[in-house]
Amino acid sequence: MTGPGGWSRFNIVSIVLGFAFLYLPIVLLIIYSFNESRLVTVWGGFSTKWYGELFRNRGLMDAAWVTLRVAFLSATAATVLGTLAAIALTRYTRFRGRILFSGMVFAPLVMPEVITGLSLLLLFVAIGLDRGFLTVTLAHITFTMCFVAVVVQSRLLSFDRSLEEAAMDLGATPAGTFFQVTLPVIAPAVVSGWMLAFTLSLDDLVIASFTSGPGATTLPMKIYSQVRLGVTPEINAACTLMIAVVATVVLIASVLNKRREVQRQRDEQAARRG
Amino acid sequence: MNRALSAVLGRLVIIVPYLWLLVFFLVPFVIVFKISLSQTAIAMPPYTPVLGFGDGLPAFWERLWELSFENYVWLTQDALYFNAYVSSVVIAAVSTVLSLLVAYPIAYGMARAPASMRPTLLMLVILPFWTSFLIRVYAWIGILKPEGLLNQFLLWLGVIDQPLLILNTHTAIFIGIVYSYLPFMVLPLYATLEKMDNSLIEAAQDLGCTPLGAFWKVTFPLSLPGVVAGCMLVFIPAVGEFVIPDLLGGSQTLMIGRTLWNEFFSNRDWPVSSAVAVILLLLLIVPIMIFQFAQARAQEQGR
Amino acid sequence: MKSLGSIRRSFAPWNDPTAKPYILFDGVTKRFGDFTAVDDLSLAIHEREFFALLGASGCGKSTLLRMLAGFEEPTAGRILLDGQDLRGIPPYRRPVNMMFQSYALFPHMTVEKNIAFGLKQEGMPAADIAKRVAEMLALTKLEPFARRKPHQLSGGQRQRVALARSLAKRPKVLLLDEPLGALDKKLREETQFELVDLQYELGLTFVVVTHDQEEAMTMADRIAIMDKGHICQVATPAEIYEAPSSRFVASFVGNVNMFEGRIVSRRGGTAEIAGPDGLSIRTDNAGEAAEGADVAFAIRPEKIRVSSQRPAETGFNAIEGEIFDLGYLGDMTVYHVRLADGRIVKASALNAARTSTDPLTWHDRAWISFAPDAGVVLTR
Repeated sequence: MTGPGGWSRFNIVSIVLGFAFLYLPIVLLIIYSFNESRLVTVWGGFSTKWYGELFRNRGLMDAAWVTLRVAFLSATAATVLGTLAAIALTRYTRFRGRILFSGMVFAPLVMPEVITGLSLLLLFVAIGLDRGFLTVTLAHITFTMCFVAVVVQSRLLSFDRSLEEAAMDLGATPAGTFFQVTLPVIAPAVVSGWMLAFTLSLDDLVIASFTSGPGATTLPMKIYSQVRLGVTPEINAACTLMIAVVATVVLIASVLNKRREVQRQRDEQAARRG
Repeated sequence: MNRALSAVLGRLVIIVPYLWLLVFFLVPFVIVFKISLSQTAIAMPPYTPVLGFGDGLPAFWERLWELSFENYVWLTQDALYFNAYVSSVVIAAVSTVLSLLVAYPIAYGMARAPASMRPTLLMLVILPFWTSFLIRVYAWIGILKPEGLLNQFLLWLGVIDQPLLILNTHTAIFIGIVYSYLPFMVLPLYATLEKMDNSLIEAAQDLGCTPLGAFWKVTFPLSLPGVVAGCMLVFIPAVGEFVIPDLLGGSQTLMIGRTLWNEFFSNRDWPVSSAVAVILLLLLIVPIMIFQFAQARAQEQGR
Repeated sequence: MKSLGSIRRSFAPWNDPTAKPYILFDGVTKRFGDFTAVDDLSLAIHEREFFALLGASGCGKSTLLRMLAGFEEPTAGRILLDGQDLRGIPPYRRPVNMMFQSYALFPHMTVEKNIAFGLKQEGMPAADIAKRVAEMLALTKLEPFARRKPHQLSGGQRQRVALARSLAKRPKVLLLDEPLGALDKKLREETQFELVDLQYELGLTFVVVTHDQEEAMTMADRIAIMDKGHICQVATPAEIYEAPSSRFVASFVGNVNMFEGRIVSRRGGTAEIAGPDGLSIRTDNAGEAAEGADVAFAIRPEKIRVSSQRPAETGFNAIEGEIFDLGYLGDMTVYHVRLADGRIVKASALNAARTSTDPLTWHDRAWISFAPDAGVVLTR
């Protein structure tokens, strides 16, 4: 018998089924990207020819390049803005319009993309900004900064304020305290905020479709327009590459994290032995 | 650095993101509302009047009278829109309940897993979220098609002798939404369940509750904040979902996100799509407020 | 026969060979993987007893309690309650209730609802529940807080809610896991006596787990000292303190001076112990130790007298040394006396009078002395 805290058979089964549900479609997609046959669901032998096709497809390659640039720029700007917003929310508990501010930070998390996309487009039209690379980037900064803010904020909430107080007690100015103490401590959250913003931007179809213009077609837009015409192995290959890129980044991050953790434990043990 | 400069920097921490969100989040809504009161025109931008102060106040005043609620009247007259709203809410609600049913056992199992395994399990839940949403929805097309992998598998098993029609039905949309939004449901549930003191469940059993009774009387009520947060995180975006109904739902599925998209891109009717957006937003105000309230409370308790 | 300690007991069923134990651990072993938390342990607890399990963290005392409550099943052995084997009975069907160390109050329920929780599970009629809850609220002086939620209560109030909740079902046995651990010192001392009174009034059997020896000594009829999954000694507080069965028990409970040596001569209960550096101690409590045995002589600081002159009594043990350190605590003074061989002996003197006729200070020459029956000989 397992106690109430036990890791029972029911728990294991529900986790295994849950993860199967989460990963099976992705695994199948990857497998079928190596399919010889043009028919996506009929296995015709192993082949990497669709990857070759993919790299010869200029339209897709251009879109990928645009997407990467948008994602990089918007994630970086969103990280700065989102971190500032998180600090404002956790460190300044009282200022005029704080409720409106926190509302504006949290609402975009759940706001249907069609509304965000439409409203941003109408703004750009109203201020006479030509739709293109710049407008997509601005739109992506706006909706991803809120995700960054939430990630960083949760880290700041569990942050030991006495660290900052100690720094100020030792003569650091508030700004000095932020750069020398606060930022290094919350750095992991800021980095994962950046990564989240990057992938959200990489991923976005709806907002980009509204705010982008000629010459700034992003990869999801390109994929979407092809998918509507039917499933093609080439898209499977493109998706596999995107998954590979993301998986590699996440893997490297977690390995680095793990290594640092192991090193820290080793240091602590060494310290205890004296 | 002197004190005054520090104070200015301190203000900037608030002012910069505040202004950004005002300009790129709040002001756009005002514009959407304004345009929803305009008329369609064959021009660029395709609506009239273009409200602005450039021509002086009297002109502005005059044009204000040209604004009308005609677009909203139009929305109420055509049953298409009403049905789209209703079916969006119903589909989102059903999907939310299904997500909760799928996610709760997973989150519960994770929270009961040995502490050393939990970070890995958490990572595995988040990981699909880092891969493209579009790709993950797209992957289901290949699975659900009549000649797709699911039907091939079921035919091979001999469970069915005719391919099931799943793609282009509501079932496909439910599967798509549950699948895509699952991490959003699992994570808040896991957060509340993991925090829960195990001795509470032991105390309930000690006082005579069966394990199932203890779950319903203690575990579940205490996980309600997570349930609410998870349901809102799934329900609100699902109401306005575009990609999933478009790719998995087929042409006859009516959802408001898709209606808005078609009004905008196919009919180029900006004022009507703005009106659709305004109504959608009003519809979602209450759930969004609930979500905000839940967030604020979680934050208070985190302190 | 002289009684150990100053308390005369009339309730002592453990001395009655015909008394039937109420709770019986019979050769109980509990393993978690490779770790053995409880190792082939047998123990009998009697009805209406206030029994304490005392030990350092990780000694297996909580595991023992959790096996009684039903949260863990023994790997081997059996547990009997009132003659009934508890094996396989889930916690929710056992006639015992537990007061948790964290209190485990349900945060989403009021004080009333918390107390009523167990009664509702029994299917008791609502009117009876209300009556019992009112009774428990009165018993724990919680009436003004009935409608409050746990987070609106102070630490002491929460402790009383936890107590009321676990008592509401009138369990045969109440299990208390570090019941006073979360309270501050003053409140803890008051509550100790309240718990004892409550237990006596209700006539229940209490089993309490604690790492605080003062708590165990104050409250319990008997104490079991545990270490590494074994029971070292089961006895009344006075016996544990004055007649510890081993070096471990002697040093675990209270302060003690321990002199290692060998029995060089023995006549009746009286023996001569010789230690290194010419140390010689005469004791009347030789116990089982045979001549030639290696033993430890244990003596409590308050049994040792410190004086500037060699005491005049004949037959007393007296050793000369130097005051190395002293601490004035108000009610008493603690001396650390360094003997010729460098060993430090702790002694304490009650400050019964406001002024002292024989004041000692740092670096004074001083004699420590004690009667031949003041210490005990330990063979284990």
